[in-house]
Amino acid sequence: MNDVADDESASDAETEENADANGDTVDALESSDPDEVGPVTWIEQQPLPYPSDALEPYISKETVEQHWGIHQHIHVERLNGMIGGSEWEGMSLGQMMLSSFNEGREAPHPPFFHAAQIWNHDFYWRSMQPGGGSKPSERLLKFIKRDFGSYDGMIQQFMDAALTQFGSGWVWLSYKGSKLPHVNSRSPIPSDNYGRLVISKTPNAINPLVWGHSPLLAIDVWEHAYYLDYEDRRADYVSTFLEKLLSWETVESRLKKAVIRAIERDGHVSRKHVRKQLLAQGKSRIRARPQQANENARGQTSSQEKPLGV
Amino acid sequence: MSKRTVELHWGKHHQNYVDGLNKQLATSMFYGYTLEELIKEGYNNGNPLPEYNNAAQVWNHHFFWESMQPESGGSPEGGVLQQIEKDFGSFTNFREEFICSALSLLGSGWVWLVLKREERKLSVVCTRNAISPLALGDIPIMNLDLWEHAYYLDYKDDRRMYVTNFIDHLVSWHTVTLRMMRGEAFVNLGEPNIPVA
Repeated sequence: MNDVADDESASDAETEENADANGDTVDALESSDPDEVGPVTWIEQQPLPYPSDALEPYISKETVEQHWGIHQHIHVERLNGMIGGSEWEGMSLGQMMLSSFNEGREAPHPPFFHAAQIWNHDFYWRSMQPGGGSKPSERLLKFIKRDFGSYDGMIQQFMDAALTQFGSGWVWLSYKGSKLPHVNSRSPIPSDNYGRLVISKTPNAINPLVWGHSPLLAIDVWEHAYYLDYEDRRADYVSTFLEKLLSWETVESRLKKAVIRAIERDGHVSRKHVRKQLLAQGKSRIRARPQQANENARGQTSSQEKPLGV
Repeated sequence: MSKRTVELHWGKHHQNYVDGLNKQLATSMFYGYTLEELIKEGYNNGNPLPEYNNAAQVWNHHFFWESMQPESGGSPEGGVLQQIEKDFGSFTNFREEFICSALSLLGSGWVWLVLKREERKLSVVCTRNAISPLALGDIPIMNLDLWEHAYYLDYKDDRRMYVTNFIDHLVSWHTVTLRMMRGEAFVNLGEPNIPVA
């Protein structure tokens, strides 16, 4: 059985390679970090990472301009109108979204809908790129095969979720860390405690962040996203998105950050690392290498690098 | 409402619901039920069964097409106007409330003029996705589809214009009158007539 160490060690290897190259890891192309706690005055909409006709012929310029320029903009205006003078004023977008969700037990507070839609849309635009599609990298394929059986299996599950989402909503591929929602402990069921990829569908504005998942890609299946180009043919829209627009590079970079986020948040040590630690301790009685043991225990990269992400 | 919208809406969306429902009924215990029964039973007190969505959408759309008429709208006459004035204050109030209610709905759904059984008055309600006032026990009088597929081709994001055009130019008050008449058979709207001894 694979445990989260696979993801950790893989990301360790990558980050060692890339940490120096990408000194500034706050990717300009990334949507706003949901864990960011910055004081902000008014929420602004992030610019599109590509020109509005870049997604033609799959998503027309008209749709992009309407969807980003008008529809998302309305959310921004409404949100800014709502938060003035309230408890939400000054929060960053991600914070506002998570705190106004009201934990799902009751209806969310009013800003949630708009804040979440803004965040979701930013995420959606960045999940796509002109000339996207193609296949994910080998590393990512490995995780997909592990969690869905095969790449085609994942595509099938994704299409099913998109076509059965009744009413408005979103479909997500996310990384589910091992943390149980709202409870800072480990599950007694061993298979709950490793990170894995999941596909989820959410209604209206809800997104898997509120469940503690880290989203990797999103597709908007509100009808406004595809009606002008595909009319009622949602299946065509989704398959075109998967084959021609989806940016697997972005997904992979998000996965790396997601794994780090999960480790930092959960703070647990996986068995493989405990073993490494014990081995290293054993060895260190012969040759003194105490640093190695501590690094492994924390699950971080080697001591030269700063941790990436938040 | 453009021809293309109606073709798509009735020909594809509505048709898909009908086909989907028939496919489900082939193997379901609800085979043989009428649409109204499917809605009431399928709603299952808030935990809808799989047949519910298709059945409710078929019913809702049929109701929607009949609530409209070309070159209609304006204001009602006679008994309906009286009842609206009694329950909303004035026709303008009703119109404003209808539009506001429609705009306040987040996501997909419907906005209805219903005759409430318990309160014995007309009221404007919004429902999400496919929820129907039939399932909630009230009598629907008129509805408007607020799913984006109903207006996106014609109005894009301008839902306000869509609702205003509906209420000003499309809603069929004749149908509303007929439905009110039928509704009054179930709900006593008048004051009780207590004979003086």
